[in-house]
Amino acid sequence: MSMAPAVDAGLALLILGLGLWIIAARSNFAAVVGFMTYGLMLALVWVRLTAVDVAMTEAALGAGLTGVLLLGAAARLPAEAPGGGPGAGLRVLVAVLCVGVAAALAGVVLSLPEPAPSLAPLVAENLPPTGVKNPVTGVLLAHRAIDTLLETVVLIPALIGVWALAADRAWGARPGALTPRPSSSSLTLLAQVLPPFGILVGVHLVWAGADEPGGKFQGAAVLAAMWVLVVMAGLADLPKVTNRLMRYTLVLGPLVFVAIGLAGIWTAGAFLALPAGYAKPLIVLIEVVLTLSVALMLGLLLAGPPKERA
Amino acid sequence: MSGTTLFGLCGAALVGLGLYGLICHPGVLRKILAFNLIGSGVFLLFGVIAKRGGGALAAAGAGVDGDPVPQALVITGLVVAFAATAIAVALLLRLVELGGRDTLEDEAPRRAPPPPGRRS
Amino acid sequence: MSPAWLADVLALGGDLLVVPLMLPVGGLLLGLVLGGRHLARVALALMVLGLAAALAVAAAVLQAGAPLHYELGGWSAPLGVGLKADGLSAVLLLISALVVLAVGIYAQRPFGVAPGTAETRSSLAFWMLLLGVWAGLNTVALGQDLFTLFVALELLTFSAVPLVALDGRAETLTAALRYLLFALLGSVLYLLGAVLFYGTFGTLDIALLATAIRGADPLPPALLAAASLMTVGLLAKTALFPLHLWLPPAHAGAPPAASAVLSALVVKGSFFLIVRIWFDLMPMLLTTTAAQILGALGVAAILYGGLLALRQARLKLLVAYSTLAQLGYLFLVFPLAAASEAAGSVDVLTGGMLQLVSHALAKAGMFLAAGLIAASLGQDQISALGGIARAMPITVLAFGLGGLALVGLEPSGAYLAKSLLDGPAAAGGQWWWGLAMSVGGLLTAAYLIRVFYHALAGFQLPPSLKRRPARYQELIALALALGALLLGLLPTELLGLVEIGRTGVELGGLR
Repeated sequence: MSMAPAVDAGLALLILGLGLWIIAARSNFAAVVGFMTYGLMLALVWVRLTAVDVAMTEAALGAGLTGVLLLGAAARLPAEAPGGGPGAGLRVLVAVLCVGVAAALAGVVLSLPEPAPSLAPLVAENLPPTGVKNPVTGVLLAHRAIDTLLETVVLIPALIGVWALAADRAWGARPGALTPRPSSSSLTLLAQVLPPFGILVGVHLVWAGADEPGGKFQGAAVLAAMWVLVVMAGLADLPKVTNRLMRYTLVLGPLVFVAIGLAGIWTAGAFLALPAGYAKPLIVLIEVVLTLSVALMLGLLLAGPPKERA
Repeated sequence: MSGTTLFGLCGAALVGLGLYGLICHPGVLRKILAFNLIGSGVFLLFGVIAKRGGGALAAAGAGVDGDPVPQALVITGLVVAFAATAIAVALLLRLVELGGRDTLEDEAPRRAPPPPGRRS
Repeated sequence: MSPAWLADVLALGGDLLVVPLMLPVGGLLLGLVLGGRHLARVALALMVLGLAAALAVAAAVLQAGAPLHYELGGWSAPLGVGLKADGLSAVLLLISALVVLAVGIYAQRPFGVAPGTAETRSSLAFWMLLLGVWAGLNTVALGQDLFTLFVALELLTFSAVPLVALDGRAETLTAALRYLLFALLGSVLYLLGAVLFYGTFGTLDIALLATAIRGADPLPPALLAAASLMTVGLLAKTALFPLHLWLPPAHAGAPPAASAVLSALVVKGSFFLIVRIWFDLMPMLLTTTAAQILGALGVAAILYGGLLALRQARLKLLVAYSTLAQLGYLFLVFPLAAASEAAGSVDVLTGGMLQLVSHALAKAGMFLAAGLIAASLGQDQISALGGIARAMPITVLAFGLGGLALVGLEPSGAYLAKSLLDGPAAAGGQWWWGLAMSVGGLLTAAYLIRVFYHALAGFQLPPSLKRRPARYQELIALALALGALLLGLLPTELLGLVEIGRTGVELGGLR
């Protein structure tokens, strides 16, 4: 326990250092690798902030999938970041502005009210009707279900936006950003060994998420990561963007969510309300189908626009 | 100073740092990274506020210490930030593929040639 | 008095709000599965239903004379998330549904799928993104929770940015990327503000926050920081001068049907949230210097946008710069609100919303018309427009009527809006706002005259058109422009819609 302050201070310094590195590094690749490390360190901070659900999401999504995405981008760009940008005078001006913003925010952080306002007691009080024991899952699937629904829906235009960057004649082809790496036996091995465990972890996260830390977004990110690994090792092909089954799977989760929500108007008196006694099974059902859809969406967002294979 | 406050100050610094990178870095990929820095700084503030507001649930034996509402919001926010990054990267890569540069510098807004106007 | 079915609809009360919220979402989900050739028709059908839903909500709000509330999931704030439809929401729902429907009809030709083809990239993308924009706008209109509104903003951004790059040329990709970076910065600043509100009062519900803020003395510094961050973020998304750099290439480069939606609606979504923050959340801000600064930026936008529109060589860029100027007018509501209250005159927001609606209709019509001209000529250089008025009279008429509506001729919506704004300006002794509006009107007239000088020249020798526009597309543009021009004839009871749910500006101000 006495080590805690030193650990926190060390973590904070490490994160700031990595942040500086990400901004200042010369090569894109170095900056991206810095960012992935930074994401993992942030996950540790989330553990220190006793937000294990967030720590898992940060590690899987913030560091993992975002890292793969940015690494792929760095590999396709010139190694050195382009020169130019604002002149020295302007940079100083911007730096002063940014220091000012950071200082003001720091002041605000120090001035936050004590005792801190919190919805924790209200969530605790209203968790039993949802039947789940993990309060974060309760907030995401019951109290603030609309945010979760809309947030899944947001991924659809995002994915369409990525697909829309294809050449017209490539429509109907498979996504092209995750080209299999040739002659990479270690990757192949990894892709053969890891996914069974990864899928197990992902499924466990979703299943346990009702009562323990975990949930659909974390599980979906892990499942998506496994899928990406298998694709990059050349062991599986991505579906074509016109694939019917894929399209159905993409909308399955939000569609079931909306349907249960609408049924709530008659069965429980409000849109997105869950009928008493059925709340937990319905939440688990929504979690399972959302995991499938979100995992597919995350993987496809990573896989880029469709492209004709040469 | 408590660890929580320390991480709050860290979040504030990350916002400033990312803001500088977003404005000053000429490379688009680096601007995207900078945006993610700002985002993580903001999320960290969510985490700090969640931690400060915790306690009640731990006392109730729920196994989670902290206000679950901001924690849930961060999870939503992380997914949205990933989607934003994916769109930005896809746009950038397509631009470079079409012979564009990986920077927005020297692109006077009024320089664009007339469009082919093939659709109305 | 009203028919029975209408009474039934109105009796739905808050449940009614779920319809505009979920119609476009349902469209997004079904659209992805349907895809292909049916999408254009299905989307259009939903848009017709959407207009009906918006009308029903507006009628219910008018009849009740008070905002409609709804608690999603049956959970009340601060734990749950609420929806609210006040007069402002009803206006945004209505104008969004109208413009989206008009664009949906117009786009049947350019974004339909030819028989025999399964699905095309641009068709799937256009309809899905249009539905996405619409979903975002409706959520912005109804949302009462700062985080739900954040998700709505992202829905708008993720749908609007790819629309800019729909034709896939390098220039439009650059424009889209620049737009995306501005918009993302805007989102993250907004979110930063939201977390500070939560950290201070432990809720994200606008009404609960407003009550807590009213009782706070002194105002915690976190709130001022939060309001500034959110406002700056939203200004970047609204493209208010000097955060406007991204707008002209983005709006001018997009396909016309997309430009119409981007200029008419998308930038209004973020403006709408600024209004929510300043008028609903922290009305005491309206009596501060910050409100004067917003107004001054608005004036700068009016002058800068107008002058640059005057200098453009291309028609679509001219229309895009005109959007910058017209957005400036909207920001005059902030300094004028306090003056209006002091003078005991009408709610200045009525004028602002009227300007919003008027510009949305006029600009959608003008962009659609400019797009038809560009497609017919194969380019849109203003100097090469000679004889176009004879070759495409309806299109040019639509462009001209839209322009007249922007200038603010009687009985246009802009005329009425400007007279509603002029009153408080004069009464409050702040004549300079009125002067700025007049100068802006002159600039608008000047760049329109420039277009007409070229369009009417060479009347004897109409140019040969590469292709003729479809008559129905010309008529849609004309209908939108006419709508803007005749908006001022709306009965006064309907204008009162905006004021439903307003509580007025607190003149006490900040200590």
